[in-house]
Amino acid sequence: MPIPLRQPKAWIALVCLLPLVRLIVLGGSGGLGANPIEFITRSTGTWTLVGLLVTLSVTPLRRLTGRADLIRYRRMLGLFAFFYAGLHFITYIWLDQFFDPAAIAKDIIKRPFITIGFTAFLLLIPLAVTSTHAMMRRLGRRWKQLHRLIYLIALLGVVHYLWLVKKDLSEPLIYGVALALLLVMRLPWGVTLLQAARSRFVAARHRVGKAGAHGAGSAQ
Amino acid sequence: MLIHPADDILPSEITPPEIYRERRRFMQGLGVLAAGAALGAAPDAEAGVKLAGVRASAYKLDEDKTPYKDVTTYNNFYEFGTGKGDPAENAGSLKTRPWTVAIEGEVSKPGIYDIDTLLKLAPLEERVYRLRCVEGWSMVIPWVGFPLREIIRRAEPTGNAKYVEFVTLNDPRQMPGQRSRVLDWPYVEGLRLDEAMHPLTLLAVGLYGEVLPNQSGAPIRLVVPWKYGFKSAKSIVKIRFVEKPPLTAWMRAAPREYGFYSNVNPQVDHPRWSQAKERRIGEFFKRDTLMFNGYGAQVAELYRGMDLKKFF
Repeated sequence: MPIPLRQPKAWIALVCLLPLVRLIVLGGSGGLGANPIEFITRSTGTWTLVGLLVTLSVTPLRRLTGRADLIRYRRMLGLFAFFYAGLHFITYIWLDQFFDPAAIAKDIIKRPFITIGFTAFLLLIPLAVTSTHAMMRRLGRRWKQLHRLIYLIALLGVVHYLWLVKKDLSEPLIYGVALALLLVMRLPWGVTLLQAARSRFVAARHRVGKAGAHGAGSAQ
Repeated sequence: MLIHPADDILPSEITPPEIYRERRRFMQGLGVLAAGAALGAAPDAEAGVKLAGVRASAYKLDEDKTPYKDVTTYNNFYEFGTGKGDPAENAGSLKTRPWTVAIEGEVSKPGIYDIDTLLKLAPLEERVYRLRCVEGWSMVIPWVGFPLREIIRRAEPTGNAKYVEFVTLNDPRQMPGQRSRVLDWPYVEGLRLDEAMHPLTLLAVGLYGEVLPNQSGAPIRLVVPWKYGFKSAKSIVKIRFVEKPPLTAWMRAAPREYGFYSNVNPQVDHPRWSQAKERRIGEFFKRDTLMFNGYGAQVAELYRGMDLKKFF
Protein backbone atom coordinates (compact mmCIF):
# COMPACT_ATOMS: atom_id res chain seq x y z
CA MET A 1 0.00 0.00 0.00
CA PRO A 2 1.33 3.45 -0.86
CA ILE A 3 1.91 5.60 2.16
CA PRO A 4 -0.75 8.29 2.12
CA LEU A 5 0.64 11.79 2.01
CA ARG A 6 -0.30 13.78 5.00
CA GLN A 7 -0.99 16.97 3.08
CA PRO A 8 -1.72 15.97 -0.52
CA LYS A 9 -3.09 19.40 -1.37
CA ALA A 10 0.05 21.16 -0.19
CA TRP A 11 2.21 18.77 -2.20
CA ILE A 12 0.14 19.25 -5.33
CA ALA A 13 0.33 23.02 -4.87
CA LEU A 14 4.12 22.82 -4.60
CA VAL A 15 4.34 20.77 -7.78
CA CYS A 16 2.05 23.25 -9.55
CA LEU A 17 4.40 26.06 -8.56
CA LEU A 18 7.46 24.37 -10.09
CA PRO A 19 7.05 25.92 -13.56
CA LEU A 20 7.05 29.38 -11.99
CA VAL A 21 10.03 28.53 -9.77
CA ARG A 22 11.87 27.27 -12.84
CA LEU A 23 11.26 30.55 -14.68
CA ILE A 24 12.48 32.55 -11.71
CA VAL A 25 15.62 30.42 -11.32
CA LEU A 26 16.37 30.53 -15.05
CA GLY A 27 15.70 34.27 -15.13
CA GLY A 28 18.08 34.84 -12.24
CA SER A 29 20.84 32.78 -13.83
CA GLY A 30 20.47 34.15 -17.38
CA GLY A 31 19.14 30.81 -18.57
CA LEU A 32 16.13 32.08 -20.51
CA GLY A 33 18.10 32.20 -23.78
CA ALA A 34 18.47 34.90 -26.40
CA ASN A 35 14.81 35.89 -26.32
CA PRO A 36 13.71 35.70 -22.67
CA ILE A 37 10.32 37.33 -23.24
CA GLU A 38 9.42 34.76 -25.88
CA PHE A 39 10.61 32.03 -23.51
CA ILE A 40 8.39 33.30 -20.68
CA THR A 41 5.41 33.72 -23.00
CA ARG A 42 5.81 30.20 -24.38
CA SER A 43 6.36 28.66 -20.97
CA THR A 44 3.39 30.28 -19.22
CA GLY A 45 1.18 29.45 -22.21
CA THR A 46 2.31 25.83 -22.20
CA TRP A 47 1.63 25.44 -18.48
CA THR A 48 -1.81 27.00 -18.85
CA LEU A 49 -2.67 24.33 -21.39
CA VAL A 50 -1.18 21.60 -19.23
CA GLY A 51 -3.13 22.93 -16.25
CA LEU A 52 -6.39 22.87 -18.20
CA LEU A 53 -5.78 19.33 -19.42
CA VAL A 54 -4.83 18.10 -15.94
CA THR A 55 -7.99 19.67 -14.55
CA LEU A 56 -10.00 17.96 -17.26
CA SER A 57 -8.43 14.60 -16.46
CA VAL A 58 -9.75 14.54 -12.88
CA THR A 59 -13.20 13.25 -13.80
CA PRO A 60 -11.99 10.45 -16.11
CA LEU A 61 -9.43 9.49 -13.46
CA ARG A 62 -12.16 9.27 -10.86
CA ARG A 63 -14.20 7.00 -13.09
CA LEU A 64 -11.16 4.89 -13.86
CA THR A 65 -9.98 4.48 -10.28
CA GLY A 66 -13.25 4.81 -8.42
CA ARG A 67 -11.60 7.27 -6.10
CA ALA A 68 -14.24 9.93 -5.63
CA ASP A 69 -12.00 11.98 -3.34
CA LEU A 70 -9.91 13.09 -6.33
CA ILE A 71 -12.53 15.78 -6.88
CA ARG A 72 -11.05 17.60 -3.88
CA TYR A 73 -8.03 18.62 -5.95
CA ARG A 74 -9.86 19.79 -9.05
CA ARG A 75 -10.56 23.32 -7.89
CA MET A 76 -6.92 23.96 -7.06
CA LEU A 77 -5.72 22.52 -10.38
CA GLY A 78 -8.19 24.72 -12.24
CA LEU A 79 -7.07 27.76 -10.30
CA PHE A 80 -3.46 27.02 -11.15
CA ALA A 81 -4.41 26.88 -14.84
CA PHE A 82 -5.98 30.30 -14.34
CA PHE A 83 -2.86 31.49 -12.50
CA TYR A 84 -0.61 30.57 -15.43
CA ALA A 85 -3.11 32.02 -17.89
CA GLY A 86 -2.92 35.26 -15.90
CA LEU A 87 0.89 35.23 -16.02
CA HIS A 88 0.70 34.51 -19.74
CA PHE A 89 -1.68 37.45 -20.26
CA ILE A 90 0.46 39.79 -18.14
CA THR A 91 3.57 38.75 -20.05
CA TYR A 92 1.77 39.66 -23.24
CA ILE A 93 0.42 43.07 -22.21
CA TRP A 94 3.43 44.08 -20.16
CA LEU A 95 6.58 42.51 -21.60
CA ASP A 96 5.41 42.06 -25.16
CA GLN A 97 3.19 45.07 -25.82
CA PHE A 98 4.34 47.26 -22.97
CA PHE A 99 0.87 48.53 -21.99
CA ASP A 100 0.25 50.07 -25.39
CA PRO A 101 -3.58 49.99 -25.34
CA ALA A 102 -3.91 50.92 -29.02
CA ALA A 103 -1.53 48.17 -30.10
CA ILE A 104 -3.16 45.63 -27.80
CA ALA A 105 -6.67 46.49 -29.00
CA LYS A 106 -5.56 46.24 -32.62
CA ASP A 107 -3.81 42.95 -31.93
CA ILE A 108 -6.86 41.45 -30.25
CA ILE A 109 -9.16 42.46 -33.08
CA LYS A 110 -6.84 41.74 -36.00
CA ARG A 111 -4.89 38.64 -35.01
CA PRO A 112 -7.15 35.60 -34.89
CA PHE A 113 -4.81 33.65 -32.58
CA ILE A 114 -4.74 36.54 -30.11
CA THR A 115 -8.51 37.04 -30.38
CA ILE A 116 -8.97 33.40 -29.49
CA GLY A 117 -6.43 33.38 -26.69
CA PHE A 118 -7.90 36.53 -25.21
CA THR A 119 -11.43 35.09 -25.40
CA ALA A 120 -10.27 31.95 -23.62
CA PHE A 121 -8.68 34.05 -20.89
CA LEU A 122 -11.85 36.16 -20.45
CA LEU A 123 -13.96 33.01 -20.19
CA LEU A 124 -11.68 31.64 -17.47
CA ILE A 125 -12.34 34.64 -15.22
CA PRO A 126 -15.96 33.79 -14.27
CA LEU A 127 -14.89 30.21 -13.58
CA ALA A 128 -12.16 31.37 -11.21
CA VAL A 129 -14.50 33.86 -9.54
CA THR A 130 -17.20 31.23 -8.96
CA SER A 131 -14.82 28.57 -7.73
CA THR A 132 -15.57 29.07 -4.03
CA HIS A 133 -17.92 26.88 -1.99
CA ALA A 134 -20.18 29.85 -1.35
CA MET A 135 -20.55 30.50 -5.07
CA MET A 136 -21.18 26.82 -5.75
CA ARG A 137 -24.03 26.85 -3.25
CA ARG A 138 -25.40 30.11 -4.55
CA LEU A 139 -25.39 29.05 -8.19
CA GLY A 140 -26.70 25.55 -7.57
CA ARG A 141 -27.33 23.69 -10.80
CA ARG A 142 -26.23 26.65 -12.87
CA TRP A 143 -22.72 26.31 -11.43
CA LYS A 144 -22.20 23.07 -13.29
CA GLN A 145 -23.55 24.55 -16.50
CA LEU A 146 -21.25 27.55 -16.18
CA HIS A 147 -18.20 25.42 -15.48
CA ARG A 148 -18.79 23.36 -18.60
CA LEU A 149 -17.19 26.37 -20.29
CA ILE A 150 -13.84 24.74 -19.58
CA TYR A 151 -14.40 22.42 -22.57
CA LEU A 152 -14.67 25.44 -24.85
CA ILE A 153 -11.78 27.21 -23.11
CA ALA A 154 -9.42 24.26 -23.55
CA LEU A 155 -10.45 23.98 -27.19
CA LEU A 156 -9.78 27.70 -27.73
CA GLY A 157 -6.42 27.25 -26.01
CA VAL A 158 -5.37 24.51 -28.42
CA VAL A 159 -6.54 26.52 -31.45
CA HIS A 160 -4.66 29.56 -30.09
CA TYR A 161 -1.49 27.46 -30.07
CA LEU A 162 -2.18 25.90 -33.48
CA TRP A 163 -2.64 29.29 -35.13
CA LEU A 164 0.45 30.91 -33.73
CA VAL A 165 3.09 28.41 -34.84
CA LYS A 166 4.79 29.11 -38.15
CA LYS A 167 4.84 25.62 -39.56
CA ASP A 168 5.58 22.78 -37.18
CA LEU A 169 2.16 21.76 -35.87
CA SER A 170 3.34 18.68 -34.00
CA GLU A 171 3.35 20.18 -30.52
CA PRO A 172 -0.05 21.90 -30.63
CA LEU A 173 -1.46 18.73 -32.17
CA ILE A 174 -0.25 16.68 -29.20
CA TYR A 175 -2.31 18.94 -26.94
CA GLY A 176 -5.21 18.66 -29.36
CA VAL A 177 -5.13 14.86 -29.25
CA ALA A 178 -4.91 14.84 -25.46
CA LEU A 179 -7.89 17.18 -25.24
CA ALA A 180 -9.88 15.10 -27.73
CA LEU A 181 -9.22 11.97 -25.64
CA LEU A 182 -10.28 13.71 -22.44
CA LEU A 183 -13.49 14.92 -24.09
CA VAL A 184 -14.29 11.52 -25.62
CA MET A 185 -13.99 9.95 -22.18
CA ARG A 186 -16.92 12.11 -21.14
CA LEU A 187 -19.25 10.82 -23.84
CA PRO A 188 -21.57 7.98 -22.77
CA TRP A 189 -19.43 5.59 -24.80
CA GLY A 190 -16.25 6.83 -23.12
CA VAL A 191 -17.79 6.59 -19.66
CA THR A 192 -18.81 2.96 -20.31
CA LEU A 193 -15.30 2.22 -21.49
CA LEU A 194 -13.76 3.73 -18.36
CA GLN A 195 -16.15 1.80 -16.15
CA ALA A 196 -15.42 -1.44 -17.98
CA ALA A 197 -11.71 -0.84 -17.57
CA ARG A 198 -12.24 -0.20 -13.91
CA SER A 199 -14.28 -3.32 -13.21
CA ARG A 200 -11.73 -5.43 -15.08
CA PHE A 201 -9.00 -3.84 -12.99
CA VAL A 202 -10.91 -4.44 -9.76
CA ALA A 203 -11.62 -8.06 -10.72
CA ALA A 204 -7.94 -8.64 -11.53
CA ARG A 205 -6.90 -7.16 -8.21
CA HIS A 206 -9.47 -9.31 -6.46
CA ARG A 207 -8.05 -12.44 -8.10
CA VAL A 208 -4.50 -11.45 -7.21
CA GLY A 209 -5.58 -10.81 -3.65
CA LYS A 210 -7.27 -14.21 -3.42
CA ALA A 211 -4.30 -16.00 -4.98
CA GLY A 212 -2.01 -14.21 -2.56
CA ALA A 213 -4.16 -15.26 0.41
CA HIS A 214 -4.25 -18.82 -0.85
CA GLY A 215 -0.48 -18.92 -1.38
CA ALA A 216 0.13 -17.52 2.06
CA GLY A 217 -2.22 -20.13 3.50
CA SER A 218 -0.50 -23.08 1.87
CA ALA A 219 2.91 -21.91 3.06
CA GLN A 220 1.95 -22.27 6.67
CA MET B 1 52.19 -5.17 -23.72
CA LEU B 2 53.00 -2.19 -21.64
CA ILE B 3 50.28 0.36 -21.25
CA HIS B 4 51.47 3.71 -20.05
CA PRO B 5 49.26 5.29 -17.50
CA ALA B 6 47.91 8.66 -18.54
CA ASP B 7 50.03 10.53 -16.00
CA ASP B 8 53.13 9.51 -17.99
CA ILE B 9 52.61 12.64 -20.06
CA LEU B 10 54.58 15.52 -18.65
CA PRO B 11 52.60 18.71 -18.30
CA SER B 12 55.27 20.37 -20.47
CA GLU B 13 54.39 18.05 -23.32
CA ILE B 14 50.81 19.25 -23.51
CA THR B 15 50.43 21.98 -26.07
CA PRO B 16 48.84 25.10 -24.65
CA PRO B 17 45.70 25.96 -26.61
CA GLU B 18 46.98 29.30 -27.87
CA ILE B 19 50.05 27.65 -29.41
CA TYR B 20 47.88 24.87 -30.78
CA ARG B 21 45.58 27.41 -32.41
CA GLU B 22 48.56 29.33 -33.73
CA ARG B 23 49.88 26.15 -35.35
CA ARG B 24 46.50 25.55 -36.86
CA ARG B 25 46.49 29.01 -38.31
CA PHE B 26 50.01 28.43 -39.64
CA MET B 27 48.89 25.19 -41.25
CA GLN B 28 45.96 27.03 -42.69
CA GLY B 29 48.40 29.48 -44.23
CA LEU B 30 50.31 26.57 -45.72
CA GLY B 31 47.04 25.21 -47.03
CA VAL B 32 46.43 28.43 -48.90
CA LEU B 33 50.00 28.38 -50.24
CA ALA B 34 49.49 24.87 -51.49
CA ALA B 35 46.44 26.19 -53.31
CA GLY B 36 44.24 23.53 -54.77
CA ALA B 37 46.57 20.81 -53.58
CA ALA B 38 44.03 18.30 -52.37
CA LEU B 39 46.93 16.36 -50.89
CA GLY B 40 45.81 16.41 -47.32
CA ALA B 41 46.59 19.86 -45.97
CA ALA B 42 43.13 21.31 -46.59
CA PRO B 43 42.46 24.53 -44.68
CA ASP B 44 40.79 23.97 -41.36
CA ALA B 45 37.07 24.24 -41.85
CA GLU B 46 36.11 24.26 -38.21
CA ALA B 47 33.73 26.85 -36.90
CA GLY B 48 35.36 29.40 -34.68
CA VAL B 49 38.62 29.46 -36.64
CA LYS B 50 39.65 32.98 -37.53
CA LEU B 51 39.30 33.81 -41.20
CA ALA B 52 42.48 35.26 -42.65
CA GLY B 53 42.69 38.48 -44.65
CA VAL B 54 39.24 39.87 -43.84
CA ARG B 55 38.96 43.52 -44.86
CA ALA B 56 36.83 46.09 -43.15
CA SER B 57 34.06 47.52 -45.31
CA ALA B 58 31.91 50.61 -45.46
CA TYR B 59 28.93 48.51 -44.33
CA LYS B 60 28.86 49.32 -40.65
CA LEU B 61 26.06 50.20 -38.27
CA ASP B 62 25.77 52.50 -35.30
CA GLU B 63 23.90 49.77 -33.44
CA ASP B 64 25.13 47.29 -30.87
CA LYS B 65 26.04 43.96 -32.37
CA THR B 66 24.09 40.97 -31.08
CA PRO B 67 26.41 38.86 -28.90
CA TYR B 68 28.05 35.88 -30.62
CA LYS B 69 26.36 33.50 -28.20
CA ASP B 70 22.87 34.73 -29.09
CA VAL B 71 23.63 34.78 -32.84
CA THR B 72 24.75 31.16 -32.70
CA THR B 73 22.20 29.66 -30.27
CA TYR B 74 18.94 31.28 -31.39
CA ASN B 75 18.41 30.11 -34.94
CA ASN B 76 15.76 29.13 -37.41
CA PHE B 77 17.28 26.36 -39.51
CA TYR B 78 14.55 23.73 -39.85
CA GLU B 79 17.02 21.26 -41.39
CA PHE B 80 18.18 20.74 -37.80
CA GLY B 81 14.82 21.01 -36.02
CA THR B 82 12.15 23.64 -35.55
CA GLY B 83 13.14 24.80 -32.06
CA LYS B 84 15.35 27.87 -31.80
CA GLY B 85 18.00 25.90 -29.89
CA ASP B 86 17.83 22.81 -32.14
CA PRO B 87 20.29 24.00 -34.83
CA ALA B 88 23.04 24.72 -32.30
CA GLU B 89 22.41 21.34 -30.73
CA ASN B 90 22.10 19.21 -33.87
CA ALA B 91 24.21 20.88 -36.55
CA GLY B 92 27.35 19.00 -35.50
CA SER B 93 26.43 16.24 -37.95
CA LEU B 94 26.83 18.58 -40.95
CA LYS B 95 30.09 18.01 -42.81
CA THR B 96 31.26 21.17 -44.52
CA ARG B 97 34.24 19.53 -46.27
CA PRO B 98 34.31 18.44 -49.01
CA TRP B 99 31.68 20.88 -50.27
CA THR B 100 30.85 22.12 -53.72
CA VAL B 101 28.44 24.68 -55.10
CA ALA B 102 27.03 24.03 -58.56
CA ILE B 103 26.41 27.07 -60.75
CA GLU B 104 24.00 26.13 -63.50
CA GLY B 105 21.06 27.09 -65.67
CA GLU B 106 20.96 30.12 -67.90
CA VAL B 107 24.66 30.97 -67.80
CA SER B 108 27.48 30.87 -70.34
CA LYS B 109 29.93 29.53 -67.79
CA PRO B 110 28.32 26.93 -65.57
CA GLY B 111 30.56 25.07 -63.21
CA ILE B 112 31.09 23.37 -59.92
CA TYR B 113 33.05 25.42 -57.42
CA ASP B 114 34.86 23.86 -54.53
CA ILE B 115 34.22 25.71 -51.28
CA ASP B 116 37.93 26.40 -50.83
CA THR B 117 38.03 27.97 -54.28
CA LEU B 118 35.00 30.09 -53.39
CA LEU B 119 36.74 31.30 -50.24
CA LYS B 120 39.45 32.78 -52.47
CA LEU B 121 37.18 33.93 -55.27
CA ALA B 122 36.96 37.49 -54.03
CA PRO B 123 38.41 39.42 -51.10
CA LEU B 124 36.55 38.66 -47.89
CA GLU B 125 35.05 41.66 -46.14
CA GLU B 126 33.23 42.24 -42.90
CA ARG B 127 29.73 43.67 -43.19
CA VAL B 128 27.56 44.51 -40.23
CA TYR B 129 23.93 43.99 -41.25
CA ARG B 130 20.58 44.01 -39.51
CA LEU B 131 18.73 40.70 -39.68
CA ARG B 132 14.96 40.82 -39.32
CA CYS B 133 13.14 37.52 -38.89
CA VAL B 134 9.59 37.23 -40.23
CA GLU B 135 8.62 36.14 -36.69
CA GLY B 136 9.24 39.63 -35.31
CA TRP B 137 12.72 39.55 -33.81
CA SER B 138 15.96 40.99 -35.08
CA MET B 139 19.73 40.93 -34.63
CA VAL B 140 22.78 42.89 -35.77
CA ILE B 141 25.41 40.54 -37.18
CA PRO B 142 28.95 41.13 -38.44
CA TRP B 143 29.10 38.77 -41.42
CA VAL B 144 32.20 37.89 -43.39
CA GLY B 145 31.81 37.24 -47.09
CA PHE B 146 31.79 38.71 -50.55
CA PRO B 147 29.05 40.11 -52.80
CA LEU B 148 27.05 37.46 -54.66
CA ARG B 149 27.56 39.47 -57.84
CA GLU B 150 31.20 38.33 -57.88
CA ILE B 151 30.02 34.82 -58.74
CA ILE B 152 27.24 36.00 -61.03
CA ARG B 153 29.67 38.09 -63.05
CA ARG B 154 31.96 35.10 -63.56
CA ALA B 155 29.07 32.82 -64.53
CA GLU B 156 27.92 35.25 -67.26
CA PRO B 157 24.11 34.93 -67.14
CA THR B 158 22.40 34.68 -70.52
CA GLY B 159 19.55 36.95 -71.61
CA ASN B 160 17.09 34.36 -70.32
CA ALA B 161 18.34 34.56 -66.76
CA LYS B 162 15.72 36.61 -64.89
CA TYR B 163 15.82 34.92 -61.50
CA VAL B 164 18.33 33.11 -59.33
CA GLU B 165 17.43 30.01 -57.35
CA PHE B 166 19.35 28.87 -54.28
CA VAL B 167 19.21 25.29 -53.09
CA THR B 168 20.29 24.06 -49.65
CA LEU B 169 21.90 20.67 -49.07
CA ASN B 170 19.38 17.82 -48.89
CA ASP B 171 20.81 14.99 -46.83
CA PRO B 172 18.77 13.72 -43.87
CA ARG B 173 21.82 11.86 -42.52
CA GLN B 174 23.61 15.15 -42.02
CA MET B 175 20.49 17.23 -41.47
CA PRO B 176 18.28 15.30 -39.04
CA GLY B 177 15.45 17.86 -39.29
CA GLN B 178 14.89 16.74 -42.90
CA ARG B 179 13.56 13.41 -41.62
CA SER B 180 10.44 15.34 -40.68
CA ARG B 181 8.24 16.62 -43.52
CA VAL B 182 7.81 20.03 -41.94
CA LEU B 183 8.94 21.60 -45.24
CA ASP B 184 9.28 20.16 -48.72
CA TRP B 185 13.02 19.48 -48.91
CA PRO B 186 15.35 20.66 -50.23
CA TYR B 187 15.00 24.23 -49.03
CA VAL B 188 14.72 26.51 -52.03
CA GLU B 189 14.94 30.27 -52.12
CA GLY B 190 15.08 32.80 -54.92
CA LEU B 191 15.86 36.35 -55.92
CA ARG B 192 15.21 38.44 -58.98
CA LEU B 193 18.48 38.80 -60.93
CA ASP B 194 18.75 42.52 -60.12
CA GLU B 195 18.26 41.76 -56.41
CA ALA B 196 20.94 39.07 -56.63
CA MET B 197 23.27 41.54 -58.39
CA HIS B 198 22.67 44.23 -55.78
CA PRO B 199 25.88 45.19 -53.96
CA LEU B 200 24.22 44.57 -50.58
CA THR B 201 23.52 40.91 -51.39
CA LEU B 202 26.22 38.90 -49.70
CA LEU B 203 27.50 35.35 -49.78
CA ALA B 204 28.66 34.84 -46.21
CA VAL B 205 31.28 32.34 -45.09
CA GLY B 206 31.84 33.69 -41.60
CA LEU B 207 30.62 35.82 -38.74
CA TYR B 208 32.48 37.73 -36.06
CA GLY B 209 35.65 37.23 -38.14
CA GLU B 210 35.45 33.46 -37.82
CA VAL B 211 34.36 30.52 -39.97
CA LEU B 212 30.54 30.19 -39.92
CA PRO B 213 29.29 27.76 -37.30
CA ASN B 214 27.19 25.00 -38.88
CA GLN B 215 23.98 26.27 -37.29
CA SER B 216 24.45 29.61 -39.05
CA GLY B 217 24.47 28.04 -42.52
CA ALA B 218 28.03 26.81 -43.00
CA PRO B 219 29.98 26.63 -45.14
CA ILE B 220 28.34 29.24 -47.36
CA ARG B 221 25.04 31.09 -47.15
CA LEU B 222 23.19 34.01 -48.57
CA VAL B 223 22.55 37.25 -46.66
CA VAL B 224 19.94 39.62 -48.09
CA PRO B 225 19.59 42.23 -45.36
CA TRP B 226 16.47 44.03 -46.61
CA LYS B 227 14.40 40.84 -46.75
CA TYR B 228 13.07 38.61 -43.97
CA GLY B 229 15.67 36.17 -42.73
CA PHE B 230 14.22 33.07 -44.39
CA LYS B 231 15.11 34.51 -47.82
CA SER B 232 18.79 34.08 -46.96
CA ALA B 233 19.30 30.42 -47.84
CA LYS B 234 21.87 28.52 -45.80
CA SER B 235 24.37 25.73 -46.55
CA ILE B 236 23.98 26.32 -50.30
CA VAL B 237 24.88 23.58 -52.78
CA LYS B 238 23.34 24.97 -55.94
CA ILE B 239 22.80 28.37 -57.55
CA ARG B 240 20.63 28.12 -60.63
CA PHE B 241 19.80 30.90 -63.09
CA VAL B 242 16.26 30.62 -64.40
CA GLU B 243 13.67 32.46 -66.45
CA LYS B 244 10.66 32.05 -64.13
CA PRO B 245 10.44 32.96 -60.45
CA PRO B 246 11.46 29.88 -58.44
CA LEU B 247 8.84 28.31 -56.18
CA THR B 248 10.45 28.81 -52.80
CA ALA B 249 10.10 26.40 -49.88
CA TRP B 250 7.98 28.79 -47.84
CA MET B 251 5.75 29.73 -50.78
CA ARG B 252 5.10 26.03 -51.28
CA ALA B 253 4.36 25.58 -47.57
CA ALA B 254 2.05 28.58 -47.09
CA PRO B 255 1.50 30.66 -50.25
CA ARG B 256 -0.91 33.02 -48.51
CA GLU B 257 1.62 33.89 -45.83
CA TYR B 258 4.96 34.02 -47.63
CA GLY B 259 5.46 35.76 -50.95
CA PHE B 260 8.37 35.66 -53.36
CA TYR B 261 9.67 39.11 -52.42
CA SER B 262 9.30 39.02 -48.62
CA ASN B 263 10.88 42.43 -48.23
CA VAL B 264 10.90 43.72 -44.68
CA ASN B 265 7.89 46.01 -44.63
CA PRO B 266 6.25 47.36 -41.45
CA GLN B 267 3.12 48.29 -43.42
CA VAL B 268 2.38 44.83 -44.76
CA ASP B 269 1.51 42.48 -41.94
CA HIS B 270 1.91 38.75 -41.89
CA PRO B 271 -1.67 37.40 -42.13
CA ARG B 272 -1.42 36.23 -38.51
CA TRP B 273 0.75 38.87 -36.85
CA SER B 274 1.85 42.47 -37.16
CA GLN B 275 5.19 43.38 -38.74
CA ALA B 276 5.16 46.98 -37.45
CA LYS B 277 7.55 46.28 -34.59
CA GLU B 278 10.32 43.91 -33.72
CA ARG B 279 12.17 42.76 -30.67
CA ARG B 280 15.90 43.25 -31.07
CA ILE B 281 17.51 40.30 -29.31
CA GLY B 282 18.97 41.59 -26.06
CA GLU B 283 16.63 44.58 -25.81
CA PHE B 284 13.60 44.94 -23.57
CA PHE B 285 11.40 47.33 -25.53
CA LYS B 286 10.28 46.56 -29.03
CA ARG B 287 11.50 48.90 -31.73
CA ASP B 288 9.78 50.05 -34.88
CA THR B 289 10.56 47.95 -37.90
CA LEU B 290 12.12 50.00 -40.68
CA MET B 291 11.01 49.89 -44.31
CA PHE B 292 13.33 47.49 -46.16
CA ASN B 293 14.92 46.88 -42.75
CA GLY B 294 16.55 50.32 -42.98
CA TYR B 295 18.11 49.71 -46.41
CA GLY B 296 15.51 51.70 -48.35
CA ALA B 297 18.03 54.25 -49.63
CA GLN B 298 19.90 51.44 -51.36
CA VAL B 299 17.12 49.14 -52.52
CA ALA B 300 13.81 51.03 -52.80
CA GLU B 301 14.67 51.74 -56.42
CA LEU B 302 14.41 48.02 -57.23
CA TYR B 303 10.69 48.08 -56.45
CA ARG B 304 9.65 51.41 -57.91
CA GLY B 305 6.07 51.36 -59.14
CA MET B 306 5.34 47.99 -57.58
CA ASP B 307 2.42 47.49 -55.19
CA LEU B 308 4.26 45.98 -52.25
CA LYS B 309 0.98 44.78 -50.70
CA LYS B 310 0.42 42.68 -53.77
CA PHE B 311 4.05 41.64 -54.22
CA PHE B 312 4.64 40.80 -50.57
